[in-house]
Amino acid sequence: MRIIPFFISAILTTGLVIALNTQFKSGNSKTPKLGYFLSPQYGFWQNAEPTNISFNEDIKMPGVSKQVDVYYDERLVPHIYAENNYDAYFIQGYIHAKFRLWQMEFQTYLVGGRLSEIIGEDGLKTDKYFRRLGLVYAAENSLKALDADANTKEALDAYTNGVNTYINSLKPEQIPFEYKLLDYKPEAWTNLKSALFLKLMSWDLAGAPEDLTYTNTKNYFGYDDFEKLFPAIQDSLDPIIPKGSIFETPSINVTPPTNMDSVYLERKNITIKEETLKPNKNNGSNNWAVAGSKTSSGKPILCNDPHLGLNLPSLWFEMQITTPEYSSYGVTFPGSPTIVIGFNDSCAWGVTNAGRDVKDYYEMKFKDSSMQEYWFDGKWQTATIRTEVIKIKGQPSVEEKIAMTVFGPVMYDKSYVSDSANPLNIAVRWKAHDGSNELRTFYKLNRMKGYVDYVDAISTFECPGQNFVFASHNGDIAIRQQGAFVAKWKHQGDFVMPGTDSSYMWQGIIPAKENPQMINPARGFVSSANQQAVDETYPYYLGRPNLFPLYRGLIINKKLTTMQNITPQDMQQLQTDNYNIFAEICKPILLKYINTAELNENEKNYFQTFSSWNLRNDVNEKGITIFNIWWDSLETAIWKDEFTKANLKLHFPESSTLIEKLINDSTSYKFIDNINTPNKVETLAEIITQAFKNAAKTIEELDKKDNLTWAKYKDTKVQHLTKIPALSTLHIPIGGGKHIINATTTVHGPSWRMIVHLTDKVEAFGVYPGGQSGNPGSKYYSNFISQWAEGKYYNLIFISKHEARKDARMKWHTVFING
Amino acid sequence: MKFITSIILTALLSYAIGLFTNLPWYSFVFCALMVGIAIHQKPWKAFTAGFIAVFLLWAILAFLKDNANEHILSKKVAEILPLNGNYILLIIITGFVGGLLAGLSGITGSYLRKLK
Repeated sequence: MRIIPFFISAILTTGLVIALNTQFKSGNSKTPKLGYFLSPQYGFWQNAEPTNISFNEDIKMPGVSKQVDVYYDERLVPHIYAENNYDAYFIQGYIHAKFRLWQMEFQTYLVGGRLSEIIGEDGLKTDKYFRRLGLVYAAENSLKALDADANTKEALDAYTNGVNTYINSLKPEQIPFEYKLLDYKPEAWTNLKSALFLKLMSWDLAGAPEDLTYTNTKNYFGYDDFEKLFPAIQDSLDPIIPKGSIFETPSINVTPPTNMDSVYLERKNITIKEETLKPNKNNGSNNWAVAGSKTSSGKPILCNDPHLGLNLPSLWFEMQITTPEYSSYGVTFPGSPTIVIGFNDSCAWGVTNAGRDVKDYYEMKFKDSSMQEYWFDGKWQTATIRTEVIKIKGQPSVEEKIAMTVFGPVMYDKSYVSDSANPLNIAVRWKAHDGSNELRTFYKLNRMKGYVDYVDAISTFECPGQNFVFASHNGDIAIRQQGAFVAKWKHQGDFVMPGTDSSYMWQGIIPAKENPQMINPARGFVSSANQQAVDETYPYYLGRPNLFPLYRGLIINKKLTTMQNITPQDMQQLQTDNYNIFAEICKPILLKYINTAELNENEKNYFQTFSSWNLRNDVNEKGITIFNIWWDSLETAIWKDEFTKANLKLHFPESSTLIEKLINDSTSYKFIDNINTPNKVETLAEIITQAFKNAAKTIEELDKKDNLTWAKYKDTKVQHLTKIPALSTLHIPIGGGKHIINATTTVHGPSWRMIVHLTDKVEAFGVYPGGQSGNPGSKYYSNFISQWAEGKYYNLIFISKHEARKDARMKWHTVFING
Repeated sequence: MKFITSIILTALLSYAIGLFTNLPWYSFVFCALMVGIAIHQKPWKAFTAGFIAVFLLWAILAFLKDNANEHILSKKVAEILPLNGNYILLIIITGFVGGLLAGLSGITGSYLRKLK
């Protein structure tokens, strides 16, 4: 009876093959197909890149028209030398894919609402959010604009072909590590994917305005109290364009609706309980340029550090692109052609986020639940229905039916986030929905020769609005807040607006020449750090001031004002500076009101550490940790009693609001009192002292574990996009923080630091917290992080092809030949 | 002699099918099965031969990749799986998984031959 053991062993073998070829649920994620994953000839071992890998190769391909030479320097930065634009962008796409394919694709899956295709139904919540916000609709519109411009169309077509040439050259076992871990395969790249990626940046940088939360807050507290919580004036503002500057007469006169008070500001209707996703509130940046009058060389220096989520693979990829027409160096977005922040032979540019509100919400009134007709300007209008199909791995697809109105998609309705008893229909009008060609700006900036070209390049930039800083070898420095900004009446779009009446619609876009701007000011520098761009004399409404952080701008301007004979090394120090100007403002108030007699011995010790603190957020300081916990405890004491009663997800006011109120209004500010103690009105001294005593408990716990020093407490990490700890870099010893020039918080911070000295031969420095390779199995995956954490820079090598051939720092040479 | 031959043959065929074809990762199981059928051995010997062949093949291939990579990736994967970052254990498990499949397949082949 041999048949029985045969069957047993056959079934065992087959069963084991099936088991090892299946993804199993494990906690919140799924295991890889273990057999496939471990197989040395197919699985992850193939991605274990030899540490002595060489990039010397000759590659024949039909995609390039002429020979393209790529030299890689010792940091794996490619220097591309092509004969024409098409070849240059083709190779840019090819190289992006070679080093960052998984990331490029993953980011477009995310923003395109396709996460469920990779990770199954766990991605559905995110997918619905992006689909309903109209991200795909937005990218489709922008693709039309990108295609309408011959230059950007050529660049995108070349880029897409380059990416696909690389994808098609991959053998199945060569696909990046994460595809094997999550078990899916790369698909063809398209121009639409590049457009989607650019919309992801629009979402990240112009998708934040908290209209829904503010509406809830206003409705709960009433408009008067809302004004106290989110005031219209910031006392310590030092705007991008200095106070007292003269602005042009506005060419657009906006008319506020006549019924504004009753149907808008004083209307009380809770909107939705909570938004699914929000961009990180700390998204922002620093940039500045100093004129030759302030530098030791007599030539301008330009600096930029964009503050974004810190991820691996990094958002950025360094690159030089050179054709006979131009030569440019900087950081690029894997997913899009051109250089985004950088410099060329004669000019440098950088960006910070403008943060203006270009995303508004309208409450719609539909005839019935079919949502085919809505009430607008006194009659029923027809809504088109947009169907978004969300595919889910291993499950049937889900369809989202989205009513499209004169404003835009109805994001919230009975089928989405309808946890309130009376679901509202809320349409979103967002500037990013409109077709626009941001790539054209970068295309032109890469090639600019001077100020006139800079203005031409940026004047068509629409969304996300940016502060473009500029400096040139001939001595000009300039800054302009550029974007398609809505000409708004005061308070337009602060809250959800009525969608039944055209008087609440946007009335126009501010012409580019009326945007805040400045060239060669007498003070010898221009700067921006996401603060409000102008004071109240600017003729257009900018949105709620609390959209704009105050303190980095303040300290940067203070420092730049006093600096003279500046060198790039001085700029490196400034860009990585850890001085806490916010604490400088808060400390006297805290010292004034705390009643030390009520502190026990232990608390007194901590208080002593705080009061002798040097106001720097350096790695080993303890005073900042104590200040931070104390301040949080104080904010909780001031706001929590009122805010938790709302039973809605409301945000506390800004820290800047609280400190300005405590300075100006320390006795009568109504929120100081704890409303949960009806028989007692607390004084500020009592609240501040109690807040310290509460904080001291947390501080003591940390102290016992030896975690009181700032870097240990803050615990900065650069996370892999999947958030898998093993693929991330954790516990990075770095100072800085919120309100600090070195804006490094726990998962967020300077994602690229650049300093460009516009001497005869441009001298530039840069670093980003990542590495050029996106492969976790490469030694170039995260090799810049320690340099970045230490506040050190790399010399950026910007040389001609002729020089590259002989330069010892060029380690490898890849030649692409038509064939 | 048969034992050694079947080890070498299984390992060679398994390596070749991975290298020269686009068949799925588990196609080496058929190589082990064929060897089990072709080379007449006692079932436990067929199992052991298949196991040793692919255990060694996979472990050596993994070891070579890992060595050239200076354990960068294996340490990460050994945290994900989770093996406490122990990359040597990861190499052994890699070999074991391949070996077990090949062994089971080899014994199946051996029984199949005896059916005739």
